[in-house]
Order: sequence, then C-alpha cells, then structure tokens
Amino acid sequence: MIELNNVQKSYDGGTTLAVANTSFVVERGEFLGLIGASGCGKTTTLKMINRLEEPSGGEIRVNGRNVLDQDPEQLRRNIGYVFQGIGLFPHRSVAENVVAVPRLLQWEPDKIRARCEECMDMVGLAFDEYGDRSPSQLSGGQQQRIGVARALAAKPEVVLMDEPFGALDPITRSELQEEFKSIQRSMELTVVMVTHDMTEALLLADRIAVMREGVVLQIGTPRELLNKPAHDYVRDIVAMPRKRAQRLEELMHDE
Amino acid sequence: MSDNLREQLLLLPAYFQGHLLLTLAAITMGVLISVPLGVWAEQSARAKQPLLATVSIIQTFPSLAILALVVALLGGRIGFLPAFIALTLYSMLPIVRNTVTGLESVSSSVIEAAKGIGMSPRQILREVKLPLAMPVIVAGIRTAMVWTVGLATLSTLVGATSFGNYIFTGIQTRNLVAVTVGSLASAGLAVGLDSLVAAIQWLLEKRNEAVDSSRLRRIRLSVYGVIALVSAVALYGLLPQPRADFVVAGKVFTEQYIMAGLLAGELEQAGFMVDQHLGLGSDVLYEAISNGTVDLYVEYTGTIWANYMNREGNPGREAIRNAVVDYLDQQGVVAVGFTGFQNRYALAMRRDRAEELGVISIDDLLPYADDLLAGADLEFFGRPEWLRLRDLYNMDFAEKLTFDPSLMYTALVERQVDVISAYTTDGRVAAFDLLLLDDPRNALLAYDGIILASTKAAAQPAFMQAIESIVDGIPDQLMRQANRLVDVDGESINVAVEFLHAEMAKN
Ligand SMILES: Nc1ncnc2c1ncn2[C@@H]1O[C@H](COP(=O)(O)OP(=O)(O)OP(=O)(O)O)[C@@H](O)[C@H]1O
Ligand SMILES: [Mg+2]
Repeated sequence: MIELNNVQKSYDGGTTLAVANTSFVVERGEFLGLIGASGCGKTTTLKMINRLEEPSGGEIRVNGRNVLDQDPEQLRRNIGYVFQGIGLFPHRSVAENVVAVPRLLQWEPDKIRARCEECMDMVGLAFDEYGDRSPSQLSGGQQQRIGVARALAAKPEVVLMDEPFGALDPITRSELQEEFKSIQRSMELTVVMVTHDMTEALLLADRIAVMREGVVLQIGTPRELLNKPAHDYVRDIVAMPRKRAQRLEELMHDE
Repeated sequence: MSDNLREQLLLLPAYFQGHLLLTLAAITMGVLISVPLGVWAEQSARAKQPLLATVSIIQTFPSLAILALVVALLGGRIGFLPAFIALTLYSMLPIVRNTVTGLESVSSSVIEAAKGIGMSPRQILREVKLPLAMPVIVAGIRTAMVWTVGLATLSTLVGATSFGNYIFTGIQTRNLVAVTVGSLASAGLAVGLDSLVAAIQWLLEKRNEAVDSSRLRRIRLSVYGVIALVSAVALYGLLPQPRADFVVAGKVFTEQYIMAGLLAGELEQAGFMVDQHLGLGSDVLYEAISNGTVDLYVEYTGTIWANYMNREGNPGREAIRNAVVDYLDQQGVVAVGFTGFQNRYALAMRRDRAEELGVISIDDLLPYADDLLAGADLEFFGRPEWLRLRDLYNMDFAEKLTFDPSLMYTALVERQVDVISAYTTDGRVAAFDLLLLDDPRNALLAYDGIILASTKAAAQPAFMQAIESIVDGIPDQLMRQANRLVDVDGESINVAVEFLHAEMAKN
C-alpha cells in the first residue's frame, strides 16, 4: 500500500539529511506507529508520502504507483492527513472544515451533510452544537478532534496522522484512541501515525518504526521491539512505559 | 449670507453627483487593477519589488503634477477622463500594498493544510488566501477611498465637476460659505463611503453567523438600500445628458469667473445651452480651445505673447495686440475681439503717499526708490517684467517683500510697504483708491483681455452675434468695479455678472 525505498530528504541541498536511506512497507489495513525524538524526521517522512515534500532520493509508492507519477492534488485528496499544527481554516465554520475534502471531490450536498454529522459524532463533537462555530471558538483539543474528523471525512483508504491526539486530556484521549482504532479496523484503513508517546504507539499500532536522526533504527511489532530491541535507543524508548508503570507502583507502596 | 448659502446649496446635487461618479469609478478601476497586481506581486518574487516601487513613486508625484501629466498625455483633453485616470493611479498604492501584506500574512500552517488536503494553487488563492487577506485588503481600499474623495476636489482644475468647484471658486472669490460647503461635503462623502465599505465588510464576515438574524436583516436591507441609492446617483451621470451647445471656460480668479458668467449668460439669452468649466489652468485652457474641447474664454495678450509665443521684449501694447491676433490666426484659434480692459501689472501706491512724494509715474520714483519698501505677489519679482523694469529704469527698492495678493493690498493700505505690484483691474485698486503709476518706458507688458473662440463655434453666426456686444464693451474702470463687488464687497459672481450686464446695457 505504502512503500518507501531508500528514501532521502535534505532541505539544504545535501549537506545534512533530514531523512536518510529510509525503507519500509505499510500493508493495506496496517497501522504503523512512527516514533522518535523531536526533529528526527517524522513529519518530513509523512509529508513525502503525500508529496507535501519531494524526496531528494529514493522512491515512494502509494497503491503500487510512484507518487511522483501521480497528480499531487488527486493524491492528496485520497489521503487523509492530520496536521501537526492542526491547520483548520479560520474563516470557515467547523462543519465546513470537516467537509473540505468531500467538497473538493464534489460530492452531492446531501451526502456531504450526512457525512459531516457522522464524522463530528465520531470525534465526540455534536454537529448541532459545534457545526456553526468558527474554529477559534473551540478549545485546542476540540480543534484537534476536528482535524481528525476532516482527515476521515472523504473516507480515504490511507490516513497520515501527525500527533493527532497530543492536545487531549488522558480520558478523552484514550476514548478517541479506542474509537479511532475500531474505525481503522472496521474500514481497514492504512495508517501511519506519528507520536511521541510510546504507550499510544504500543496500544494502537500493529508495527512501530523507531527513528533517530533521520534513520529508522528498527521496525517491528510491539512484541518484537520489546523482546529483541536492535539498538540501545530502541530498548530505552520501548522500556519507557514499563519503567513509568514501575515508578508509579513504587510511589503507591511508599504511601 | 443665507442667499449665498442657498445659491451654494443649489449647486450641491450636480457637484455631489460629479464627485461621487469620479470617486466610485476611480476606486472601482483601482481595485480591478490593484488587487490582481498585488496577487501577482505576492506570487512572483521578481515582480514584487519593482511593482511596489512603481506604485510608490506614482504616489510621491504631487497630485497636481499627475493631473497635468495625464492631461498632457491625452493631448490636452480635459474633463472626466484625465481626472479619472489620475485618481485611479493615485488609488493604487494602498490597495496593492495591502493586498501583498494581507496575502503574506496568511499563516503558513493554514496554507500547508490547504495544500495537504488537495487544493490546487488557484483554489488555495481563491478559497483560503484571499478570504483571509480580505480584511487587510479592504483596509487598503478604505484608505484609497478616503484619499480619492479628497483628491477628487483637485479634478476641478482639469475641468471635471466635483466639490472642488466650491473650494476653488470659493478661495478665489473669497466666498467662505462656498469653501465651507465644499469641504464639509467632501469630508461627509469620505466618511459616508468609508462607513459603507465597512458595513459591507461587516456583513460579509457575518454571512455565516446566525447571530440575531432580524437585526442582521435590517442592517443588510439598509446597506443594500444605500448601495442602490449611491449607484443610482453615480450612474445617473453616465446617462446621456442633453448635450450643451457650447462650453464656456475660465481660469482660477475672480475676473475669469465673472467673464465666463457674462459670456455664458449672453449665449443662454440667445437660446443656446451652455456648460461652464471654471477654474482651469492656463495651459490646459489654451490647449482646450485649440482642440475644441472649450469653445469660449477670455485670455490676455501678454500671456499669449510671453507664454505661448515665447517672445521676449516689449514692443508696446498695439504691437503685441497685432502680433497676437496674427499668431492666433495661424494657430486656428479665433480671436473674437478685445474685451476693452487690460489686466496687467502696474506699480501702485496709496494716493496720499504718492502726493506726498509728488509721484505719478515710475520715473518720478527714481530719487526715492532706494528708501522704499516694495511688496509683490509670489511671482512678480521672479518674472522677466520685473527684471526689465529694474534694468530700464535702473532702479531697485530698499526691500522687496512677497505676499499672498490679498495680504499685499492690506500691507500697502496699512503703510507696511510703499509700492506694490497691483493688477490693473483688481477691485481693491478701486476700493482703496490706489494710484497706478504710469510706465513711460514700457517695462510692463500689456495684458489686453481677448475673447477666444474655437473655430467650430465661431463658424456659427448666431454664436458670434450673441457675444458681439461684449467686444470692447468693458473698460478697465467697469471691470474693476465688477471685481470689487466680489473681492471686496463679498457679493457672489452672479451679482457681479448682472452688474456688468446692466452697465453695458446702459451704453
Ligand atoms: N521546511 C524545512 N526547511 C528546512 N529544514 C526543515 C524543514 N522542515 C524540517 N526541517 C528540518 O528537518 C529535520 C526534521 O524535521 P521534522 O519536522 O521532520 O521533525 P519531526 O521528527 O517531525 O520533529 P517534531 O517531533 O518536533 O515534530 C529537523 O532538523 C528540521 O529542522
Ligand atoms: Mg513533526
């Protein structure tokens, strides 16, 4: 479904590589978590998949075809994208933001409206209450949820998500994670999700890619990463959730 | 006073309509040109700097210079078109600049999101960048609008009707009521149009909001009403108006307003329909009579001799009259005849002061000149005539001061200066009973009033017949009294015209 072959990206004409020699495959219906420190190249990798950035080397295929051979606008309309900076249109109502892509695809008005309500329900924001508001009248977390609804509105088969749940409180966050996971399963979405949160990656992803300084250190199922870390960095990062749980346990016993 | 006010208010509809049409047309054209230019500048790094520099440079030109240049570029054409073009050029800077700034200030994360969901560059521009830049662009349009309303007053000088007609006539004829009405009307129009644009913008922003919809509906209705009214008034000016048979014009001072009124009155009495273009610049007028945009006005032989024939020296009054008539004949401008008065420079003194020194001509001044203070208008001491006077009489004054003309007369009356460069038909010469000194050595040029007509108009016998009575009909003394009515007694131009008309009928 998504296939990266030796992909490279440099923003400065080759002096430094934001992404270096990266290869991985995401199968249809698979959920890949992309994790790594700030600035390691996660967003860059994601943007290259829908041609928001062009790779400096290597090849990216979506649905078996090189993305460079596809019309960029068509490609992007068929891939849902949740932006790290959310990027809602401030001059459009919340409902108009949600259905931006179906509009571009010229769906029937009735269908657009029905889909709008459906997607807003999906992220827990009632159409009747929030649809007419402007994005500035939503909280940061609500805006993020509308960003997720917008990415799903046109029923894409591929969804790219850049820290989609970062601004949410733990409870809403875990509700939304579960909701999204079940949608992903039932619709067999192919998902690449960037996150800083290993727990989130472990809970949602079928496989996890760990990146450092533009390089994918290891890619594998949560179990593989836990049991056979290929790198100290991978071991440390995968061990984080468990370490924290232990620390919590100790705190409780101290009481 | 209230008569004066009523007279001014009667002019309001025509001036309002002219001013409105000019402003709206220029702003509309300005927006149609400037917004696309701004969009282009924002997209093309190479175009941006040269374009912004160009529109800024246009702005640094004095507005009068732009008007004059446009008239010249159009081959001396006066009226709506040159004013419209100049105002359009002038409106561009704030709109172009704000369009660029507005587009550049759209957040890059929003643009990236638009691109990321699959909008084409055109869709991004139309659906995201322009709407988000709109408040800044509209602010630019509002700035341009207020400037344009103000600048449109200047278009009077190139023969387009506007509130400037009040202001320029008022300043020249010391009619403060006219100046006030014109300024208030112009300011009111600026505020009104600005509020209208603000209201439209507000409505557009509220388009999607369901706030208190009955109130919104009321506001929307009244805004639509005002727009409809404004467009109707402006468009009325575009309807084919009954065409005037002749255009009578004049320069920017009292005597010219009176003479234009007199000539127009004669033509109207003969049954013609007449348009008056008053307050035009000298060069513009001469060009306009040559090409037939203007049919009739009063020029001065000295002006033609020095400014259009570019002659130096002073062969005397008769010789200049003859040379000018020959020259006009070659130029295809018809000299209908002389008015009878001449409005030239003359050195003037208080009568008592002149008697005290025993002076009646410039020659008599020579023994005293070294001790005398002289006053003149802003240009006299820079003109060839003063240089010639200085050289021919071989004299200079102890001190030479320059004044606004009305202050110059006051300075003389209050004995702050001894001699001034008066105008021979000025009403204040009569009012203050000044002595005009003889000029035996012919230093000062003759400025006989000469009635000029376009060839087209002069070909009609009825036209020539209608104005025949004015030829040689107004001696200096009479013109001075007419000017005095306006400049000293504060009467309106119409009163002075009627006075002249009545006096001429007596003879
Ligand atoms: N448009 C750009 N121009 C130049 N350099 C860039 C650009 N975008 C990203 N970079 C650089 O490329 C590297 C990778 O950036 P990227 O945005 O992919 O990081 P990230 O892994 O998404 O980080 P974060 O978790 O903080 O979002 C960084 O060093 C960044 O400074
Ligand atoms: Mg990132």
